[in-house]
Amino acid sequence: MVASLRPIAGPVRNYRFPEFIDQILPSGIRLVTAPVAKLPVVTVLVIVDAGSTNDPPGKEGVAALTAGLLPEGTSQFSGAELAEKFERLGTSVESGADWDSAFAKITVLSDRLDEATILLGQMLSAPAFPDREVERLKAERLAEILQLETEPRGLADEKFSEFLYSPESRYSKPDEGTSESVSSLSREDVERFYRARYRAGSTTVVVAGDISADDSRAVITRAFQHWASGSADGQQLVAAARANRKSIHIVNKQDAPQSELRVGHLGLPRKNPDFFPTLVMNAVLGGLFGSRINLNLREVHGYTYGASSFFDWRRGPGPFVVSTAVESEVTAAALREIFIEIDRIRSEKISEEELSLARDYLDGVFPIRYETTAAIASALATLVIYGLQSDYYDVYRKKIRGVSAEAVLGAARDHLHPSELQTIVVGDARLIRDSVTELGMGDLQVHEP
Amino acid sequence: MRIPVETFRLDNGLFVTLSEDHTAPIAAVNLWYHVGSANEKPGRTGFAHLFEHMLFQGSAHVGSNEHFELIQRAGGTLNGSTWLERTNYFETVPSNELALALWLEADRMGELLPAMTQEKLDTQRDVVKNERRWAVDNQPYGTMLEKMQELVFPSSHPFQHSLIGSMEDLSAASLDDVAQFFATYYTPDNAVLSVAGDFDPAEVRSFITEYFGPIPRGKGKPPLPPMNLPQVFGSRLREVVHDNVSLPRLFMAFRSPVFGSDEYYAASVASALLGMRKGSRLHRALVRERQIAADAGAFTFDLAKGSDLLVVDVTARPETPVARLEEEVEREIDLIHRDGVSEEEVKRAIALIETDLVASLQSAGERADRLSMFATYFGEPELINQQADRYRRVTAESVNELVTERFGENNRASLIYVPKEGIESESMMAAAAGAS
Repeated sequence: MVASLRPIAGPVRNYRFPEFIDQILPSGIRLVTAPVAKLPVVTVLVIVDAGSTNDPPGKEGVAALTAGLLPEGTSQFSGAELAEKFERLGTSVESGADWDSAFAKITVLSDRLDEATILLGQMLSAPAFPDREVERLKAERLAEILQLETEPRGLADEKFSEFLYSPESRYSKPDEGTSESVSSLSREDVERFYRARYRAGSTTVVVAGDISADDSRAVITRAFQHWASGSADGQQLVAAARANRKSIHIVNKQDAPQSELRVGHLGLPRKNPDFFPTLVMNAVLGGLFGSRINLNLREVHGYTYGASSFFDWRRGPGPFVVSTAVESEVTAAALREIFIEIDRIRSEKISEEELSLARDYLDGVFPIRYETTAAIASALATLVIYGLQSDYYDVYRKKIRGVSAEAVLGAARDHLHPSELQTIVVGDARLIRDSVTELGMGDLQVHEP
Repeated sequence: MRIPVETFRLDNGLFVTLSEDHTAPIAAVNLWYHVGSANEKPGRTGFAHLFEHMLFQGSAHVGSNEHFELIQRAGGTLNGSTWLERTNYFETVPSNELALALWLEADRMGELLPAMTQEKLDTQRDVVKNERRWAVDNQPYGTMLEKMQELVFPSSHPFQHSLIGSMEDLSAASLDDVAQFFATYYTPDNAVLSVAGDFDPAEVRSFITEYFGPIPRGKGKPPLPPMNLPQVFGSRLREVVHDNVSLPRLFMAFRSPVFGSDEYYAASVASALLGMRKGSRLHRALVRERQIAADAGAFTFDLAKGSDLLVVDVTARPETPVARLEEEVEREIDLIHRDGVSEEEVKRAIALIETDLVASLQSAGERADRLSMFATYFGEPELINQQADRYRRVTAESVNELVTERFGENNRASLIYVPKEGIESESMMAAAAGAS
């Protein structure tokens, strides 16, 4: 029947991350262009140093609200008119704020690029923040917060952040704000935030796709000519842990058929020098289908549909977290396996097999990550936001291949902290409380959502 | 813009489509088996999907979970998915590893059964039961698909039963079922293999012939019961689900023309015009202007047999009573049914669809998947290059014909999710007050 001999790989074919031109326009705006002539499509991604970590205390959510309001009206057009104009060109604006930047993005066919980009520039430089739209977007955010009360995955993520970071840390609250903070936001808050942060020196436009560097420069120069000069001040980020001892929190959800689990602690800032060994270590621990945590919980025990771990890389120390959902009955058993895996990767070197799986995957999958203009634009935005070297994507694969088993062990010992693990369970407290207490993973508290 | 398409058929019936693109050293392999939940026997709901899981449990020359490991070790991505009418398996790999991906697919198409054990079946049964708990039972509105199927298809219709399956039926599945399902449906003459990306056509042909050529043709599959359905439900259908949700949400379905027909493209444009992005009718009227909804959208199931479904999906704002939500959506549907649509709206919808089409074809995996789809449903992978034209041919007139025919009161099925009594009603009112 089928040939029993596995085929051997052919010679590796060369790949280079698309070349890009990085320049400062006369307005002070930075422009990064990656001409990629594959299909007649272009992505324009505008990033502004106006992410959620810049929210003033008590005003959590203002960065997200400001970015969300950008397409909702200018001095010239209403939000409805803007939507219609973009959509007639076959595109629409996606805008929002992450922890580290605000963004507005369009993907458009190349023959409609000029018109769409001019409109995008107008939209970003003259937003009107109409009262009615401010109130509507606030109400929509409040509806979203309500939805979370019955959505166990989102609720678990949110509670995890809340129990992980000290209350004065911006990371302890949702990036889009809490019901209290969002309710308190006014049009003036938005306007003030916009005036302070949306400035040429804090703005980068990334253009990727079917366009030349010259055409990109011409259209972006024209589209972004009215832009306030200067740049915004950086804000001091507080990102301390709430507790320095391990503890367990059960968020009670009566009759839940599953428990949503989050286990972790503070991770590392994106620019930590151990980024690459930590990335490879996490791939072995829980970053791949064939990782220890997924194979253990899913394929050996059948406890779950999937389990994974990751470091959420931000400018400040984002969380390290193991996430899964398991049948209520096996909650404690599954948690025990997670703790065992975290201990195990710290106690002995990973095997050559495991090391090569993680390295070969991260190295080999590299070109597959950049098939679309949107993915290329987003990769370039990462360079800008975290201030990475311009050859970052040229040396990435070499750095991955250079990680040794010793370096992985070092990363596990230095950056995984079993004594600080915070465990959050969203599930039926009645069913799981006793067995989870017996795990001895710190004080246990039960919360009503 | 034209995607190159080349086809051939092996003697055992395997239909192959190839699409070259050398812009990056990447190749996608995509295999569609023409079997889905519609082919399940009574008492075995969920089996097609459970079987999909078993295909990752090894085959004659591949160990348990080794399929995943070998592809990831090669730097590739992979998965599978099950739908009412088909099951697909796919890998995107660095192009120098293309032979491996093809060989792995051939090994499990040819010799799956030697690797099957009771223990593996039991574990995957538990994994799938947890998938059901995760995606359906413990997720707000997670039962939408199975409740909708139950509501809109007659009881004997192959599309009527649950795709993920009931816990009882999953428990009942046996190794015998696995063997039988494999012999009946996982045969080269019931599959389409597509390869897109960076490859040498002569070389890839020789790999495919070598690996898949020896697999014997199947003995044919049992015909599905009659799938055809009248154009409309014939009366108003309605079901209210009291569930663990925070906000009321209405899914209103219409029977609509099957995927691939000329009328389908008019329906797809009608769906975009109603619910695609913020300029759409429902978003503008219900979210922006009247502010009774937190979100509004519309989509089609894209069923190629029997009858497709067009579904409007609107989530209420906390302060909107469910009766009002229903009333306002009905009003919008009455309006479009009575007055029709404008040429401008149709143009907006087509422009958005066209950009999405081009943007999605950037990925080799998407190209391969669509080639498999058009080859499986219609025997014509070339259709991948005709989509933009078929959309551009849609006019206000053709959308109006569709709307007149399908949006009447005799063709509306409402599935309405309402928060269980007592759940969070106090905090809902508080938030509503805070919002106004």
